[in-house]
Amino acid sequence: MSKDGKLLLLDFWASPFCARVKIALEEKGQKYEQSEENLFGGKSELLLKSNPIHKKVPVIFHNGKPILESSIIVEYIDETWPSPPLLPSCPYEKAQAKFWADYIDKKVFEVGGNIWRNTSGEVQEEAVKEFIEILKQLEEALGDKDFFGGKAFGYVDILAIPLTSWFLAFEKFGGFKVEDHVPKFSAWIKRCLQRETVSKVYPDPEKVYEFVGNFRKMNGIE
Amino acid sequence: MNQEQQDNLQNAQEQGVRQKIARMDEVILLDFWVSMFGMRVRIALAEKGIKYEYKEEDLRNKSVLLLQMNPIHKKIPVLIHNGKPISESLIIVQYVDEVWNEKAPLLPSDPYQRAQARFWADFIDKKMYDAGRNVWTTKGEEQEAAKKEFLGNLKLLETELGNKPYFGGDSFGFVDIALIGFSCWFHAYETFGNFSIEAECPKLIAWAKRCMEKESVSKSLADEKKVYEFVSRMRNKLGIE
Repeated sequence: MSKDGKLLLLDFWASPFCARVKIALEEKGQKYEQSEENLFGGKSELLLKSNPIHKKVPVIFHNGKPILESSIIVEYIDETWPSPPLLPSCPYEKAQAKFWADYIDKKVFEVGGNIWRNTSGEVQEEAVKEFIEILKQLEEALGDKDFFGGKAFGYVDILAIPLTSWFLAFEKFGGFKVEDHVPKFSAWIKRCLQRETVSKVYPDPEKVYEFVGNFRKMNGIE
Repeated sequence: MNQEQQDNLQNAQEQGVRQKIARMDEVILLDFWVSMFGMRVRIALAEKGIKYEYKEEDLRNKSVLLLQMNPIHKKIPVLIHNGKPISESLIIVQYVDEVWNEKAPLLPSDPYQRAQARFWADFIDKKMYDAGRNVWTTKGEEQEAAKKEFLGNLKLLETELGNKPYFGGDSFGFVDIALIGFSCWFHAYETFGNFSIEAECPKLIAWAKRCMEKESVSKSLADEKKVYEFVSRMRNKLGIE
C-alpha cells in the first residue's frame, strides 16, 4: 500500500484514544483529515460500516482501508512511517513497551471510570485507592527516566498521555489530587505537554470535566 | 601470583565461559497445562523449533519464580529468555517471532496485514475467554445468554476465516495461534452448555482439525477429555450444579 495515500481519522474530541492516533501522526509529520463523530447523537454510517464489531472511534482510513483499535493503529503508523521510531527496535525492550501499553489499556480508563461513574461513598473511595495504586505502578516503571521509553518520547508515552486529560474530572469527582500521590508521574505529564505534537491535540481537561459532568447528570449520577 | 592462584583463576574463567555458553539462549516457560494462553506460547516455540524448559505452575500455590518474573499480574504464561521475563501471551508470541525470525514467520510482513492480524487476536483476547467461562459457570437463562454470545463471537471469527485454510491465509499464523488453544476447551463448553459448536460453526471446526494436523499444535494442546475433567472439578469447587 502506498505510504503517501490519504489519511482520514474518525474522531471524537474528548476521546483519549483518538488523541493517541493524532499524536502519533503529528510525531511522524503526517497530514490527515479528521471527521468528528457525534457519539451520542448518532454514529455515522461510515463508522458503523468500518467498525461493525466494536462501533468505536478511533478508526483510521489509509488509502481507503480501515485500521481499528488505537494501540494497533499507533503501531501501524510506526511501521508504515519508521522515522522517528516510536517503538524500540530491540525485541525485549519492545515487549516491555507493549506490556506497559497493555497494562495502561486494561487499567487506567476503566478504574478512572469507576471514580466518575459513582457518587461519593465506599465504591468510589475504593476506585480512587485502586487508581492511585495504578499510577504508583506506572511511576515505578517510569523511574528516573524522562519518558517511559528512556530519553525519547515514544509508544508508551503516546498511549498514556492523552488519558491524563481526564484526570481533572477523576480528581474533582473523586476528591483527590494526582500530584499529591505521584509527583514524578505528574512531572512526566508536564514534560509531555511541552511537546507541540501533544499540546496540539490534547483534550482540554476543563472541557472534559464539563463533558463528564453532563454525562453524569444525564445518567442520574450525582 | 603463585601456581595455585593461577590454577584457580583459570578454573574460574573456564567455568564462567562454560556457564555463559550453557546460558546462551536459555528459554524457560512458566505455564499451566490447561491454559489456552500458555498453549499459544508452546505452539510459537514449537513452530520455531526452540528448545525450552517447561515449568508447570500450581496456580493455587504460585512459585517464587513466577511472582518474581511477573509481579504485576502474577499470571502464566511467562517466558524467561536468558533470565529476562516477558509476560502476556500475545506479546510473548510476537517477541518469539521477532527474535527467532529466520524461520516460520508468524505475523505477515505487510503493516496493514499485521494490523488486521493484531485486531483479530485482540478480539479473541477480549471476548473468547469470558464468553466461554460464562457458558460453564452459569445455568438457565444466564447460560442461554452466554451460549448466544459465545456462538456469536465464533460466527464472527468464522466469517473472518472465510474460505481460507488458516486465518493467516495459506500459512498458519498469529490469529490461528491466538484461537486454536480454545478448541481443546470446546468439548467442555459443549457438554456443560448442552450444545454443538460444529452444528453452528462447521467451518471453524474444520479449521481446528486442520490446525491439529500440525505437530506444533497437537503437541501443545491439552487433551479435551482431561480439560473436561478439569472444568468439572472447577465447577464442583465453585459449587455449580
